[in-house]
Amino acid sequence: MKAEGIQAAAWLLIAFPLLGAAVLLLGGRRTDRWGHLLGVAMSLASFAVGAGMFVQMLGYDDAERRRTLHLWNFFDVGSLHVGMDLLVDPLSISFVLLITGVGSLIHIYSMGYMAHDEDRRRFFAYLNLFVAAMLTLVLGANYVVLFLGWEGVGLASYLLIGFWQFKPTAAVAAKKAFVVNRVGDLGLVTAIMLMFATFNSVDFTTILGTGAEHVGLAAKLTSGTATALGLLLLLGACGKSAQLPLQSWLLDAMEGPTPVSALIHAATMVTAGVYLIVRSAPIFEMSPDAQMVVTIVGAATLLAGAIIGSGKDDIKKALAGSTMSQIGYMTLAAGLGTPGYALAIAHLIAHGFFKAGLFLGAGSVMHATGDDVNMRHYGALRKVMYVTYGTFGLGYLAIIGCPPFSGYFTKDGIIEAAYNKGGTSGAILGTCALVGAGITAYYMSRVMIMTFFGEKRWQEGVHPHESPKVMTIPLILLAVGSVFAGGFLVLGGFSDFLAPVVGTPEEEHFNPVSAPGVATFVLMIVGVAIAWRQYGARPVPLEAPAGSFLTRAARRDLYGDAINESLLMRPGQWLTRLAVWFDNRGVDGAVNGIAAGVGGTSGRIRRIQTGYARSYALSMYLGAAIVVAALLVVNVS
Amino acid sequence: MTDFPWLTVLIALPAVGALLVGLLPRENESLAKQAALGISVVEAVLAIVMTTAFKTGGDRFQFQEKYWWIKQFGVHWAVGVDGVALVLVLLSVILVPLVIIASWDEAGRSGGTDTPPKRSAKIYFALLLALEAMMVGVFAATDVFLFYVFFEAMLIPVYFIIGSYGGPQRSYAAVKFLLYSLFGGLLMLVSVIWLYPLSQEQLGHGTFMFEELNKMQHVDGMTAKWLFLGFFVAFAIKAPMVPVHTWLPDAAAQAPAGALVLVVGVLDKVGTYGMLRFCLELFPGAAKWATPVVLAFAVISIVYGAVLAIGQVDLKRLVAYTSVSHFGFIVLGIFAMTSQGQSGATLYMVNHGFSTGALFLLVGFMIARRKSARIDAFGGVQKVAPVLAGTFLVAGLSGLSLPGLSTFVSELMVLIGTFSRHRLPAVLAASGIVLAAIYILWTYQRTMGGPAREEVKGMPDLSLREKVAVAPIIAIIVAMGLFPQPVLKAINPSVDKGLSRVQVQDPAPKINGNVAENGARP
Amino acid sequence: MSPGHYLALSAILFTIGGIGVLVRRNAIVVFMCVELMLNACNLAFVSFSRKQGNLDGQIIAFFVMVVAAAEVVVGLAIIMTIFRTRRSSSVDDANLLKY
Repeated sequence: MKAEGIQAAAWLLIAFPLLGAAVLLLGGRRTDRWGHLLGVAMSLASFAVGAGMFVQMLGYDDAERRRTLHLWNFFDVGSLHVGMDLLVDPLSISFVLLITGVGSLIHIYSMGYMAHDEDRRRFFAYLNLFVAAMLTLVLGANYVVLFLGWEGVGLASYLLIGFWQFKPTAAVAAKKAFVVNRVGDLGLVTAIMLMFATFNSVDFTTILGTGAEHVGLAAKLTSGTATALGLLLLLGACGKSAQLPLQSWLLDAMEGPTPVSALIHAATMVTAGVYLIVRSAPIFEMSPDAQMVVTIVGAATLLAGAIIGSGKDDIKKALAGSTMSQIGYMTLAAGLGTPGYALAIAHLIAHGFFKAGLFLGAGSVMHATGDDVNMRHYGALRKVMYVTYGTFGLGYLAIIGCPPFSGYFTKDGIIEAAYNKGGTSGAILGTCALVGAGITAYYMSRVMIMTFFGEKRWQEGVHPHESPKVMTIPLILLAVGSVFAGGFLVLGGFSDFLAPVVGTPEEEHFNPVSAPGVATFVLMIVGVAIAWRQYGARPVPLEAPAGSFLTRAARRDLYGDAINESLLMRPGQWLTRLAVWFDNRGVDGAVNGIAAGVGGTSGRIRRIQTGYARSYALSMYLGAAIVVAALLVVNVS
Repeated sequence: MTDFPWLTVLIALPAVGALLVGLLPRENESLAKQAALGISVVEAVLAIVMTTAFKTGGDRFQFQEKYWWIKQFGVHWAVGVDGVALVLVLLSVILVPLVIIASWDEAGRSGGTDTPPKRSAKIYFALLLALEAMMVGVFAATDVFLFYVFFEAMLIPVYFIIGSYGGPQRSYAAVKFLLYSLFGGLLMLVSVIWLYPLSQEQLGHGTFMFEELNKMQHVDGMTAKWLFLGFFVAFAIKAPMVPVHTWLPDAAAQAPAGALVLVVGVLDKVGTYGMLRFCLELFPGAAKWATPVVLAFAVISIVYGAVLAIGQVDLKRLVAYTSVSHFGFIVLGIFAMTSQGQSGATLYMVNHGFSTGALFLLVGFMIARRKSARIDAFGGVQKVAPVLAGTFLVAGLSGLSLPGLSTFVSELMVLIGTFSRHRLPAVLAASGIVLAAIYILWTYQRTMGGPAREEVKGMPDLSLREKVAVAPIIAIIVAMGLFPQPVLKAINPSVDKGLSRVQVQDPAPKINGNVAENGARP
Repeated sequence: MSPGHYLALSAILFTIGGIGVLVRRNAIVVFMCVELMLNACNLAFVSFSRKQGNLDGQIIAFFVMVVAAAEVVVGLAIIMTIFRTRRSSSVDDANLLKY
């Protein structure tokens, strides 16, 4: 159905932040004084439009909630028709609210966090650009517009990770993030090609159908094509969401300013992969194999991320490992099919709140300690930073899944759904998720204890202080979200809200005392206890001890970079050098060789020109003699 | 207005202009520059006015003119444009004034690192105008012989520009360029001459008119293959495709940046344009016969060019190799023989002209500041010259086909169009998008990122003149990235006519059927 | 005497002239040998003219004589100039026009 009312102005959602970015980038230094205010205003304006659209949607019946908006024909060739189309449905509106809501809070926070940076205007320009691209991603009504947003957020992420380009590490990390994402994009592009070859269309409506009944063309897919499409989409999702094996960029991405880590690399962009999988549900439904691979990737990443998070002393990298791990949960849930989709999105939204809160809290701590990220230099900060401590603590309780905070509802649901899948695979996946929950409790407690408890280990000259109000108010609002979002979503019928898009799970009652639930709770207590015994009950050394094999591996990101380097980078460099040599010596050498050959030959032949008139005369005689002889021979015979 | 001899005027104006500028007094350089700029702007305005009179649904060739030239051999001065030629003519006439603005001060100075004796600036601008006349002519010619004449005559101004205004190895590069092009051109000449007796035999009268030659139905298979090869090799050298690409990096490294924009941005497009127009339509059977090999070379060009670009240490050579990679995409799209592939390839020609043009202009600005083209001579430019770095990034991102910028649409169309007929080449070609990210962003990181080097500190940001030269291109890149439809509307009918001549249809989808209540578009 | 004898004499004279051109170094002698060859040709022309019974050969012989006279003028002038500048009349010394 066509969008009406405020929803017909859905393009404003994207236009506002895009305009902000354009004004700030083209305006240059002239906009320095008020640039950040414009950035915040544009983000808030977007949120207002999004909220209006949401209210309008609530007024519709379930069946009428899917609205499309055609802006202009992007490109039409032959049977390929791609429109600039937007799709407003419960799934996209959930994301719109998360992106603009959390995004606006982070914009506000950044006013304080970036106050002393001379390029603050440029920072807000990039943030606005990101919001616009992310909204394009979730609102796009076909895979090409989705891809437009998909690469747009990649660009914004690149620009923001490399915001401090003068730091070589930041410049390298930014490039790495983009390149690794591009590997994922290869999957998405190939998927788009395959879709066109299969369906002659890239539209959601045509391929995926209009609702949970999946009346789209995807329902006619053969299992082979469906598996291929599913795996290609998964490759794209892995790149964007930092899932194995394309996880390596996320930890380096922490080179960016902390609000960026909160917004892009925790709350929104990295969850785009989950969005893609949930959105493409009808394709995955046709291929149990592809779904199985999705769950395996999710389970493996949630463990890997948790282990990496446990080994890091850098507070942002510990949180980044945690982000990987939590997205692993979402991917796992999305791979479970209908029972998991709503849980994945619910966890995604809850995670958006508490992880953004945790990152902003970490930013607040860094702000207080002079941009030190080493947790071994923190300690006892609870005594000087009450608000940060309180909000970080609430986020902490939410992520470890302590009842009744957000994570308890959403994460336990995923663990339970994994067990409910049944069979050996269900048991293995469930157990992975369960163990992951225990490790989550461990590493988050470790972060909490090392940062806020224990003795002061502050560096000389560091005098921590609470951050200004413009930073603490977003923290408080996010903390509220961390506390209530999960319960509100799971108990408040979020799965019914999403049902028109992803279908109704058979069993949707939240069961507080199931066996997996109890086990999760026990493991959580164990995780917290181990962390307390290691870091709370005895002083934390300033220098990291050598640690076990697992710790060392976790510190080096489970050797992800080492593997990439030895398998891809070095052979790649070698290949490049070989190719350059071949082109210069081989291809161009052949060309120059031919030229030199011709030149050499003519150089030799021209020696015949001696300059002696008599020898020329002789050659003329000989020539004449030969001609005469030839004539005679011909005439005689 | 339609019987106004638009195209003849568009060819004659810069040609006469070149003569005039060349005859101006040598001492008064600024007068020569102003005259050249004025003529090129008038030319661009004329071309845009002409475009408004172009009817997208009308005849294939419009603004046609036809006069006898050499009656004895059936040669006409025949010009006319279809959608494909029109957009390429527009590309040329828009780029020339910007190139003139960009080389305002650089002309007469070297394009490379040393400072050879100062040369006459007015001759440089006269040569640019002469080149413009040839470029418009080559796209507008509808007589194969006339096309050939322009095709070869184009070499002359370029030879003198590289040879007189280039870097330290300019004569090597100029001769290499000339010999490569002549070799291909002479092969093509054989084919062109062969067409004459063939047309006498098939049509009853000898002619070189493209539309009449197009009616030849019964060309012997073997003959067609030879003729196809003659044309194709010439175009492959011009394009340039691996393995006949090595003239481009050398020419790029030596030529002045401004002229390079025209050489790579427009002149090389004659190769791909020729493949689309002449190779496919005159010899459809032979083109189908050659398709597997051509596709293989196209894919090799894409990957090989990109890998080589990664390994370059010279900025201009790097951009040249990225072009080899992009030309691979264009050839791939043309020989995929689907409407998406060919429209995408044509759009790619235009987009590549603008995005690579912007890259070369910016590289030229960087070299003019630093007096070195080596990547490691730069570092931290972003901090001292943010506008330069920003525009470089936008141009680069367009080069790596970021969605929202122009090249993306064409690259996606080429890939989609290729995939629907040839799966493997499309997937292999798609790997080019990862390599593109590496070569562009690694270059950006090494030149613009990191701490500012000592030598780079104090480097001035873009001047107003330089901004005026680059801003329109950047604007076009963004606009074409979001609204390519008007250009496609001009291209599509021409491509469809060409495809119907080749007698191929787009492959049908695997799964067909309408979703009952929704239709194709939401 | 049949024309055959004249032709044989012509061939002998031509050969002598040719050999002279090839083996002698003095430019004047070479020049004279060239004249000898021309006159051998004239003799052949006249003989053929006699044999054919028309005047074509005679006319061509006149032409050759005119050309030879012109050639003598130009050729001797060149030889003189070369001798003045190089103090030598050897044809092997004038070998600047080479690779």
